[in-house]
Amino acid sequence: MNKPINQSGWRPGTPMASEDAGAHPTVTGNKALMLEEPLIFEIGNAETTGVDLPQAKGDTASRLGSHARKGPIGLPGLSEPETVRHYTRLSRQNYAIDLGLFPLGSCTMKHNPRLNEKVARMPGFADVHPLQPVDTVRGALGVINELAHWLIELTGMHGVAMTPKAGAHGELCGILCIRAALEARGDAREVILVPESAHGTNPATAAFAGYKVEDIPANAEGRVDLEALKARLGPDVAGVMITNPNTCGLFERDMKAISDAVHAAGGFVYCDGANFNAIMGRVRPGDLGIDAMHINLHKTFSTPHGGGGPGSGPVVLSEALSPFGPLPFTAKMSDGIIQLVEEENASEHGHKQAFGRMTAFHGQMGMFTRALTYILSHGADGLRQASGDAVLNANYILRSLDDVLDAPFGKTGPCMHEALFGDAGFAEGMSTLDLAKGLIDEGFHPMTMYFPLVVHGAMLIEPTETESKAGIDQFVMAMRSLAERARAGDEALKTAPHHAPRARLDEAMAARKPRLAWSEPEVAPGSGNYEIPGAG
Amino acid sequence: MRYLPLTDTDRTAMLDTIGAPSVDALFADIAPAQYLGGPIEGLPLHATEMAVEKHMRALSQQNLAAGDAPFFCGAGAYRHHVPATVDHLIQRGEFLTAYTPYQPEIAQGTLQMLFEFQSQVARLYGCAVANASMYDGSTACWEAIVMAGRQTKRNRVLIDGGLHPHYVGVAQTMAKFTHAEIAYEPPVVEADAGEEALIARIDETTSCVVVQYPDIIGRVPDLARIAEAAHAAGALLIAVNTEPVALGALEAPGNLGADIVVGEGQSIGVGLQFGGPYLGLFAVRDSKLVRQMPGRLCGETVDADGKRGFVLTLSTREQHIRREKATSNICTNSGLCALAFSIHMTLLGEKGLNGLAAENHRLACLAADKLAAVPGIEVVNEVFFNEFTLRLPVESRPLVRALAEKGVLAGVSLGRLFPDADALANGLVVAVTETTNEADIDALCSALTEELA
Repeated sequence: MNKPINQSGWRPGTPMASEDAGAHPTVTGNKALMLEEPLIFEIGNAETTGVDLPQAKGDTASRLGSHARKGPIGLPGLSEPETVRHYTRLSRQNYAIDLGLFPLGSCTMKHNPRLNEKVARMPGFADVHPLQPVDTVRGALGVINELAHWLIELTGMHGVAMTPKAGAHGELCGILCIRAALEARGDAREVILVPESAHGTNPATAAFAGYKVEDIPANAEGRVDLEALKARLGPDVAGVMITNPNTCGLFERDMKAISDAVHAAGGFVYCDGANFNAIMGRVRPGDLGIDAMHINLHKTFSTPHGGGGPGSGPVVLSEALSPFGPLPFTAKMSDGIIQLVEEENASEHGHKQAFGRMTAFHGQMGMFTRALTYILSHGADGLRQASGDAVLNANYILRSLDDVLDAPFGKTGPCMHEALFGDAGFAEGMSTLDLAKGLIDEGFHPMTMYFPLVVHGAMLIEPTETESKAGIDQFVMAMRSLAERARAGDEALKTAPHHAPRARLDEAMAARKPRLAWSEPEVAPGSGNYEIPGAG
Repeated sequence: MRYLPLTDTDRTAMLDTIGAPSVDALFADIAPAQYLGGPIEGLPLHATEMAVEKHMRALSQQNLAAGDAPFFCGAGAYRHHVPATVDHLIQRGEFLTAYTPYQPEIAQGTLQMLFEFQSQVARLYGCAVANASMYDGSTACWEAIVMAGRQTKRNRVLIDGGLHPHYVGVAQTMAKFTHAEIAYEPPVVEADAGEEALIARIDETTSCVVVQYPDIIGRVPDLARIAEAAHAAGALLIAVNTEPVALGALEAPGNLGADIVVGEGQSIGVGLQFGGPYLGLFAVRDSKLVRQMPGRLCGETVDADGKRGFVLTLSTREQHIRREKATSNICTNSGLCALAFSIHMTLLGEKGLNGLAAENHRLACLAADKLAAVPGIEVVNEVFFNEFTLRLPVESRPLVRALAEKGVLAGVSLGRLFPDADALANGLVVAVTETTNEADIDALCSALTEELA
């Protein structure tokens, strides 16, 4: 049976069903600054446009041949004022870093400086075509080279593949470099070892590159079990993928020993650099024996997450892997100069073994300009200060909450940039999800939940360095209160959030009967009988 | 340091709470031999906003901006006018600084926008379902090839010569590792898009046929005919579109029988940006294929109070649930570019997109006629949208460089796109959009006349 939808969510001017309206119902369904907004398909139409085009002069015969469109597309248009209002209203239903602390562990939601945005919009960067003659884009190549120089120096690596589009694309790049290097020496290895605590992208990437994935166990401290790893190494192991600092928020103390053991067994070491923000300017991955590591410019170097992208994932490579990096590639030449290597000059720069091309054009240039602007603003001293403050903030949260929340690895020493808690001690029936949804009502975005998998009901909190002490103190106050409510079994948490634009959403229904594109309802909007097609 | 709110007083108080003597002590797990005691030497220290802006501006000024010259570059990236409203709205912090909408109660703005975006793309492509975007056109194309292999359980990928060579390059690179067999020959520069020869190469082992529409030469292949032949052999047709404005004038690939339609969305709302970030579009004609699709999907549902809302859905296909069995390793989409696309498309609407396409085509026809009159130049295409190929009496690559020195960005030489194919060395791909005016076209014609004289 289809479930009638409350009208309040989809068309202004329609009376709200009074039984759902709570206290002080309104006729529009709006609540002061909380404005309900319909879909563009419900308010726009095919005749309206918010763009004035030049008045065409003269007439030319069409050269579309027999391929001209025959029917309408069905795209609604809005005038400019309606468009501004539609998206402004939508924007207000989002939480964002600009509104408050965004403690998603492993995601590094730090402040996005606005100078970065201004620079990226300079016409010389924003309005340049990727295939203009090279002499007309020297400044763009300059940005790539300057950023590449910083990434190489900060990581102590040899070369960098700048083109990967995001972290997972960077992982793929690194694993393909490993595979190309192994194939070049005629060594067909089949297995990549991945710790249980790894990001889901790690095993997915290794599988996509054609490898068999095997788990490496963790020890009681939440770190890679070095002896177990050594015991598994052998001629079939192409390499390991390790996140350092790891997803429990801990630095892998044995990293150098791990790298040495993997190298001795003929394999390579891939490091997931998602958590580089914790160690930037404190230790260089190159000094730990890492062969490849992607850097999420949208995490460590502050380029905006934009509601889920675009990201950017350059991959720094050791001397052993650099020759195989994809084109275009950036590497330090024997004279110390960093050079951009493309298809046409690959031979002259000794880069003939490049495994190929991962994307059209040169990568995420718009992210390069922002990241370089961020790096130059901080300088070598500011970047080091940033990682210090990020780690300080996380440890402050760890120690401010470890008496009310279970911190499984909190006893063994400091954490890095994120503090990990579990749900031990919660009352029967209370879950991490309930606490997280309660956090929404307190005005904060929830932390990363149920990850890493090695801790039951995991809550992974990463404040970043751009939070003030006062902001963190308020967050701690909210968390302490919620932890006590979860331990006491406060039933009101089960139905949180109560103050968000929407209550908990029915995700099971969305998956069971997927409605993934809009279509005209069979009953005219506003008649009170609208039903989600396919729902029920 | 203007981005770091902690004061030294704060740091001291926080270290007290933690019970650590110093910030350095928090890094005790890093072995002393590897721990850096101070800022890395040889790198500059922090700088003022003014100083950084000045440095970056100087770099930007070493580039010739497209808007400062008669400009005819296309080949997968197009210069269109982006209304000021688009860039203003995407810079609202609630969009710009939000994360992936994993907490739907406080992410309805992003989620509703993605649902609208998916619906716009599906309609534009003539498909049932589109996803919430991919990295760019080239990676979306490869993901479509992988999906076709999964669907058909076949291994041979037949790529038409008209596919953008960078897209081909990505597929060839990835195929080396997945052992897909790629059948590809570079294009022949003639008016005929070569459908017949392509169809002759489809066989019973072919998983998919990949055809760009319009293609790298600017021609418009007969998708319906290719679809029929592909389907008869049990293969899927993947249509690739690098210029979405064209679909304001040309029939949607899904309506012509393409099973998977992918493309680059940069033309609408995103801007050139030296090649990225761009916007991969991905759609399937038949909703039965949805569970094989890669990438994020946003779907409609209701909340506990019965109000309509949106969530990310069908995530059992994705890496964070399925790990090594996922349909793709991709985690990020291109959310902010999707927002820009969706806002621009909403401003245009059906009427605006049709008008924009008509204006592009009119100016391109005008340019083609004027260029055909330049001595020594031949326009290859009989059919095109806003991009066509010239056959020059000389190699195009040095000519393009020479014209750039005169301040004219004449287009993309086929010699640059296909460095190994001598037969293409004299080809020049010229794109014309609404941002091109008649004076620009005249400037290109006279610069070419002079250079070829």
